[in-house]
Amino acid sequence: MATVDSAVQIRTQTRSERLVRLLTRTPLHIALVGIALLWLVPTVGLALTSFRKPPAIASSGWWHSLTQWDWTLHNYDSVITATGMGHAWVNSVIITVPATILPLTLGALAAFGFAWVPFPFRDTLFLLIVALMIVPIQTSLVPLLKLFANHGHLNQHYYGIWLAHTAFGLPLAVFLLRNFFVTLPKDLIEAARIDGASNLAIFRRIVVPLSVPALASFAIFQFLWVWNDLLMALIFVSDPSKQPMTVRIPYLLSTYGQEYNLLAAAAFLLMILPLVVFFSLQRYFVQGLLAGSVKT
Amino acid sequence: MSTQPLTTPVAAPAPPSEGRGPRAWSRFERLQGMLFVLPALIVLAIFLIYPAYYTIRLAFYEGDFHFGFAHYLGIDNFKQLLTNDHDFLDLTKFPPGGALINNLRWVIFYISISLIIGLGLAVLAVRVRYERAVKTALFVPMAISATAVGVIWLLVYNTDSNVGVLNALWHGVLGQHSVSWLGNPGIVNYALIFAYIWASVGFVMVVLSAAIKGIPAEIMEAARVDGAGEWNIFRRIMLPMLSLPLSVVTIWLFINVIKVFDIIYVMTTGGPGTSSRVIAFTMYEETFHNGRPGYGAAVAVIMLVLIAPVMVLNVRRFRTEKVVA
Repeated sequence: MATVDSAVQIRTQTRSERLVRLLTRTPLHIALVGIALLWLVPTVGLALTSFRKPPAIASSGWWHSLTQWDWTLHNYDSVITATGMGHAWVNSVIITVPATILPLTLGALAAFGFAWVPFPFRDTLFLLIVALMIVPIQTSLVPLLKLFANHGHLNQHYYGIWLAHTAFGLPLAVFLLRNFFVTLPKDLIEAARIDGASNLAIFRRIVVPLSVPALASFAIFQFLWVWNDLLMALIFVSDPSKQPMTVRIPYLLSTYGQEYNLLAAAAFLLMILPLVVFFSLQRYFVQGLLAGSVKT
Repeated sequence: MSTQPLTTPVAAPAPPSEGRGPRAWSRFERLQGMLFVLPALIVLAIFLIYPAYYTIRLAFYEGDFHFGFAHYLGIDNFKQLLTNDHDFLDLTKFPPGGALINNLRWVIFYISISLIIGLGLAVLAVRVRYERAVKTALFVPMAISATAVGVIWLLVYNTDSNVGVLNALWHGVLGQHSVSWLGNPGIVNYALIFAYIWASVGFVMVVLSAAIKGIPAEIMEAARVDGAGEWNIFRRIMLPMLSLPLSVVTIWLFINVIKVFDIIYVMTTGGPGTSSRVIAFTMYEETFHNGRPGYGAAVAVIMLVLIAPVMVLNVRRFRTEKVVA
């Protein structure tokens, strides 16, 4: 990229050439800026709507609010308290945190085994995990629900959804982390072995500290995956008081179909955490998604 | 922390990632490897592999209310789905309809338009200094859940031109009658597809632009010096060099399409009528609303069959890349 730019720079030294370049590139700029703005419109519309008063929403489009300043936080107040979205937001956190840590831990352990400790059928088992990465959730919904319901009503608590997300996150975790672990310097690990370090010690003291970027990428990917998931929560969280936001918002839709003050505020509450994660950890986030592109 | 009997180190220890080498691994060490992998394998066996087996079996039965195997049907579920269920596959009218055909629409339009926009933007954006900003603007929807994307686009598509920005343009600016984008069976699928494209293009763009930067600049400079036009450079140099990332992205989009559910559940619940159902939605509807788990399982098996080639492809690609010996 840098080289392309500098190469182009060198060729456009004179003023007239620069002017020609600017003129010929104008359509390019218009197209790019136009599309970028166009892409932001739906999100901005939702965000603005969530801060408008209900009568204003019903009588004029959100774009009018750019000229008629009349903001309120009342929508958030009512959606959090009256419709229980605050509670649902907390549920989302309760579901997401263990459903991220569990597959991360189990996945890292397994990935270490696959990368650095030989055992029978290792390659075959790893290929099996690669294949499992894209198994559709739909093939597990019914049997898992039955399993959870028959064994201690796990679907009435968070255990069911935690386990289900762990299972579905694991293949990707193993795949991603194993591929990172094998790139670690061999000498380092062999040296530790020669010094008498156990596998567990090598895992904890060498592999994990050196693999923070990969661990973070997977953790962020899984965190957003679980946070944004609707289908699994819909099936595996049977107790309404434990349902996450993704499940509660469609209910809100069926009850308050046209009340965009509430819907917009709820949707924005759902988006806020992923957006914060996205803007603060953009690099890991993109890496995680790129790596996760083999999944969904 | 267990202490472990050390085998005598040889001058050059074999690369452990290859597993078999001059360095002898004791039985104890091999057992340890198993122990690292075992918890993950147990979880996968119970919560992923066994359920898949169960569902495949259930697809040949009439399931009961408790998701048990009530009554063996053979391939009747599949027969019914493919020949006699107009909500799933309807070839009697033109254009054909049903969830399977809708999903085919998704495959065609979602994949091709996402690729075209994503590739176009990636190619154009490398030429400007504010590339990062463009990427960010397009990538933001990737972070948002399909539930929120659904609400966002319900607002965009609202029939009231005082609420929905699309009808504000259509009615207010172009002077046409407001359109019920989600209420018209002929439009609804495309409206949903476009909302999903909006959410996915950023990813396509980011992957491809990373790949474009991997193309050595000298190659393109050389072509420019030789007088090749930008279009020719794109067609004859960039496109061939992007074939691998393009195939990765296409597969990603394909898996996305076969699994698409959330956005439909939120925006139309398959309606109006059954006109925006897709395969995954049919599975949910038949299993959890119509109380036909056997029938729903057959739909899930069809999904699995559609995705299976990608599984084979992944495994094969991984093998040939020699990451596994």
